[in-house]
Amino acid sequence: MTAARTLLRSWLPPVVAAVVIFGGWEALLAVIRPDGFVLPPPSDIGGAVAQNFDAIVTATRVTGFIIVTGLLAGVVVGAAFALLVTAFRAANETLTPLAVAVNAVPIIALAPIFNAWFGILSPRSNQAVVVVLVFFPVFVNTARGLTQVEPSQIELMESYGARKWRIMREVRIPNAMPFFFTALKLGTSLAVIAAIVAEYFGGRQDALGNLITNSAGLTRYDDAWAAVLAGSLVGIGLYALAVLLERLVMPWYFVVRRSA
Amino acid sequence: MSDAGGAVDSHPLAVEIRGASKIFNPGRHNEVKAVTDIDLDIGQGDFVTLIGPSGCGKSTLLRLIAALIDTTEGTVLVNGKTADAARLDRDYSMVFQRAGLFDWRNVSRNIELPLELMGWKAADRRQRSAEMLELVKLGEFARHHPAELSGGMQQRVAIARAMSFHPKLLLMDEPFGALDEMTREHMQNELLRIWTETQITVVFVTHSIPEAVFLSTKVVVMSPRPGRIAAVVDNDLGERNEATRDDPAFFANVTSVRNALRGGERP
Repeated sequence: MTAARTLLRSWLPPVVAAVVIFGGWEALLAVIRPDGFVLPPPSDIGGAVAQNFDAIVTATRVTGFIIVTGLLAGVVVGAAFALLVTAFRAANETLTPLAVAVNAVPIIALAPIFNAWFGILSPRSNQAVVVVLVFFPVFVNTARGLTQVEPSQIELMESYGARKWRIMREVRIPNAMPFFFTALKLGTSLAVIAAIVAEYFGGRQDALGNLITNSAGLTRYDDAWAAVLAGSLVGIGLYALAVLLERLVMPWYFVVRRSA
Repeated sequence: MSDAGGAVDSHPLAVEIRGASKIFNPGRHNEVKAVTDIDLDIGQGDFVTLIGPSGCGKSTLLRLIAALIDTTEGTVLVNGKTADAARLDRDYSMVFQRAGLFDWRNVSRNIELPLELMGWKAADRRQRSAEMLELVKLGEFARHHPAELSGGMQQRVAIARAMSFHPKLLLMDEPFGALDEMTREHMQNELLRIWTETQITVVFVTHSIPEAVFLSTKVVVMSPRPGRIAAVVDNDLGERNEATRDDPAFFANVTSVRNALRGGERP
């Protein structure tokens, strides 16, 4: 019974918010009746989803694959860079400036160039944009978590005669987990944005990005919105997955803190 | 598993420091003479406090004994070995001002950490950890997480962790500095009880005069810039208890230490 109440308490507010927002949206448009290209009502978007269901599912699958693989690769490379930079001073001196330089590049602007590298119809170029965009926040946050360790915890390990890699495993990596998951959650939405925007410039023709640009080009704005909705759902799903993973990997972080 | 148990074996002196100096960043614009010309003997089973104002190098001296930093000049021997050899032999254990418990380990597994590093079997670790929790009277908190404990309880876990492998020497760097006065006095009583029960040698850094006098058999008074030993006050108060805090001999020694800290003549 209390479990049901807790569930209700955590689900009710967002559900109410969604009903109010979409209901208000629908009602407002029913009153002021703008042209469809400004903003279609949610019911039209729903209709567009139903009508183009197969195309949208295919596009979501294609783009979803790019998002997930790009996100994973970006996370792995970012975390690996962070480990290297923390463990080896030489790596820090060479890789950190490089990473900062890469981050200063407007990465989305590289999409057309990546198309030239990987082929205009290849999803590889879209994946590359996702990887590069996800990489940096994961790298920076994880590196911060690996280095911002309480100095006395390092001294403690040294007093036990522990060596560098043992300290990495016992202290630095667990300490970096909250930072890493913050970056991962940030990375999920970045990956969705990166993949769809990259698809505006090229890649597979049956992907969400192309569905959006093509529909907009044909002034079928409700179809474009339906594709945007699909992208949002992918983003929400990945975010929820990251939150779940965070809870599973570091339950200790969610222990109720007692003021000392 | 090595289990040295009591303190009174091997070498008569727990710590032997001869002409030790430490200069940080030598030859650079930010050069700091942290401690100079330190000579100090600490016998097995002693309870020695290092006291002095901020910047007198008392924490540096403690870290020289721990071999967490190297001497610039002079020698530091621990149980007759170089400080670094003693560190690798796990002759000593440290407790810091911040308990420094690992949030990702529960209380019991925090205490087991040094035993894990020493390659103990899980069952042995579990048993020792339970014994240590009894020693610091936190038996029922084995499965709690550090974040669920108060500051004083966290520091007791840190002491249990430090004592887990029965080191011969306990190095404590202002361990009660962050605690409120009531908790602090309680922790002092507990530490004295543990010291009496285990016969361990303790080197204890503090800047509280009453704390130094209440706890130790010997108070080493340090003065700053550069850090050196200004005086050593023998502090034989016999067996201590709450009444000791109101004892005239306690107040007399508090005055001696205070005068030594001021650099004045002792009465």
